[in-house]
Amino acid sequence: MKVLVAVKRVIDYNVKVRVKADGSGVDLANVKMSMNPFDEIAVEQAIRLKEAGVATEIVAVSLGIEQCQETLRTALAMGADRAIHVHHDGELEPLVVAKLLKAIIATEQPGLVIVGKQAIDDDCNQTGQMLAGLLGWPQGTFVSRLKLENGKALATREVDGGLENVELTLPAILTVDLRLNEPRYASLPNIMKARKKPIEKRTPAELGVDPTPRLKTLKVSEPPKRLAGVKVDSVAALVTKLKQEAGVI
Amino acid sequence: MIRDQKALDQLLDTLARFVGERLIPLEAQVAHDEAVPDAIVDEMRGLGLFGLSIPEAYGGLELTMEEECLAVLVLGRTSAAFRGVFGTNVGIGSQGLLVDGTEEQKRRYLPKLATGEIIGSFALTEPDAGSDAGSLKTTAKRDGNGYVINGTKRFITNAPRADLFTLFARTNPCEPGAKGVSAFLVAAPTPGLRLGPIDRKMGQAGTVTSDVILEDCRVPADALLGGKEGLGFKTAMKVLDRGRLHIAAACTGTAERLIADALSYATTRQQFGKPIAEHQLVQAMLADCRTEAFAARCMVLETARAKDEGKDVATDASCCKYFASEMVGRVADRALQIHGGNGYMAAYAVERFYRDVRLYRIYEGTSQIQQLVIARNMIRGIAP
Repeated sequence: MKVLVAVKRVIDYNVKVRVKADGSGVDLANVKMSMNPFDEIAVEQAIRLKEAGVATEIVAVSLGIEQCQETLRTALAMGADRAIHVHHDGELEPLVVAKLLKAIIATEQPGLVIVGKQAIDDDCNQTGQMLAGLLGWPQGTFVSRLKLENGKALATREVDGGLENVELTLPAILTVDLRLNEPRYASLPNIMKARKKPIEKRTPAELGVDPTPRLKTLKVSEPPKRLAGVKVDSVAALVTKLKQEAGVI
Repeated sequence: MIRDQKALDQLLDTLARFVGERLIPLEAQVAHDEAVPDAIVDEMRGLGLFGLSIPEAYGGLELTMEEECLAVLVLGRTSAAFRGVFGTNVGIGSQGLLVDGTEEQKRRYLPKLATGEIIGSFALTEPDAGSDAGSLKTTAKRDGNGYVINGTKRFITNAPRADLFTLFARTNPCEPGAKGVSAFLVAAPTPGLRLGPIDRKMGQAGTVTSDVILEDCRVPADALLGGKEGLGFKTAMKVLDRGRLHIAAACTGTAERLIADALSYATTRQQFGKPIAEHQLVQAMLADCRTEAFAARCMVLETARAKDEGKDVATDASCCKYFASEMVGRVADRALQIHGGNGYMAAYAVERFYRDVRLYRIYEGTSQIQQLVIARNMIRGIAP
């Protein structure tokens, strides 16, 4: 079975994000970029399926600017077999990403698609769901445990109320959560070898998708700074403040 | 020389993550237990760290000197104990074999050293032969189809872990100097080779060293490195030459870590109503640290590039080792001073690093030996 994973290039999770002075967006100049951590979990899961003999080939896909190829190289170094880069220099909204992935899936015909539950830059948490909707495939979101058997995926989902177990008929879309696995470090020899693995280049036009955004960002601003707290001298005073000032009880 | 900048960036990025996420959080535990957990050693094998310098033909990464130094700058940002696990395979435990071994010897050992399946160790120093390495007393006597080795080796890094020693012994008793010395590849365990107790040290807890005692230890004739007697001292010097840049890079990486720690402390610790980093005398210490570490980084990378271009860097490599090891001592001292009373407490990493870095001025050629090498090469350079 072929497994397709989508990986997004985002600001590294260790970087302190700064808003541009003109409020037009987040400053990306000279900022370290990495693979979205949830997508790393997706790649790791695909590799584990291959190591278990369930998956036969792993195809990694990334969409966006030229440098997305570096993110694909990371996936290849971790263990993906080949990669597809959909080149586009402008902004890509989740619906456009889902449409582009749908077009790639039409030619690749994977038995399973694994993506991160959300990207840590815009936190949209939409692409996987939209893709499942467009394809009419079953979806398992926020997956924290996974088992594949007899053409079915048994997935445990992390939902607000606890854990939910679902059974999906393949092919299906999975969006993966933090606790599914701990991604490996690409080994240094594999990083060198990954430079030689193929990356196929595509464009939205070739795939028949109009990438024009439907939304316009008006302004990006930092959240207000947290104010200093106050000390209260009794429980009664605390309750009064929570009732009257904070309005939480 | 950097062969593929993007691949190297990715490699250094992976190393930095491994150091930051896996090794730094374990520093205190390793110092306390005086051991690196087996699981971490396995991860190091998985990452390919044991094969950094070994040629691709033997399963390693074959990093150029500049690439190796950049990698070691990253690895220097954590305790030396971690680097010690694979450091001998990258440096002194494999390089003798690599520069002077026969093809058969290389094929036999290098692939296993590259994967970390076996650990290599370098046994030169003796109780009475430290800086004066040519005066060693361990003997290897020809006996039938082999040699019989007798003597004691001291402070041997990774001896308790080693599967293969590059061991130096005198094959010609009539030649008391360096010319009578040969190098042997001695597999362990082997009858007649035993280890002393693990040394108790001032710092670098978790790096293991011990005596190696040889009592009528019999090795086959093909254990002679390169198949020729009398070349051992030359081999040892070639190995140490390359190691100088590696150590200088490690010193510089550690200095950069200490500066990061000191800066973080100085910008958060408040005294006299403001962060201590706003006091000018603290700023002076920070600036001196940064300047010296930057100088060392430039020296190391410049010399590494020259070495990759095939130039003779013997003098400059000694300059690097001499300057970087002394520099990291000064940086550790200032970083501790910036930490004030807290810096003297074991709860802060700087206290441990202060003791760890002291060794750099001593091993693989003391500062004084480096001074002699540098000055003698200078004088030889103008000789008619």
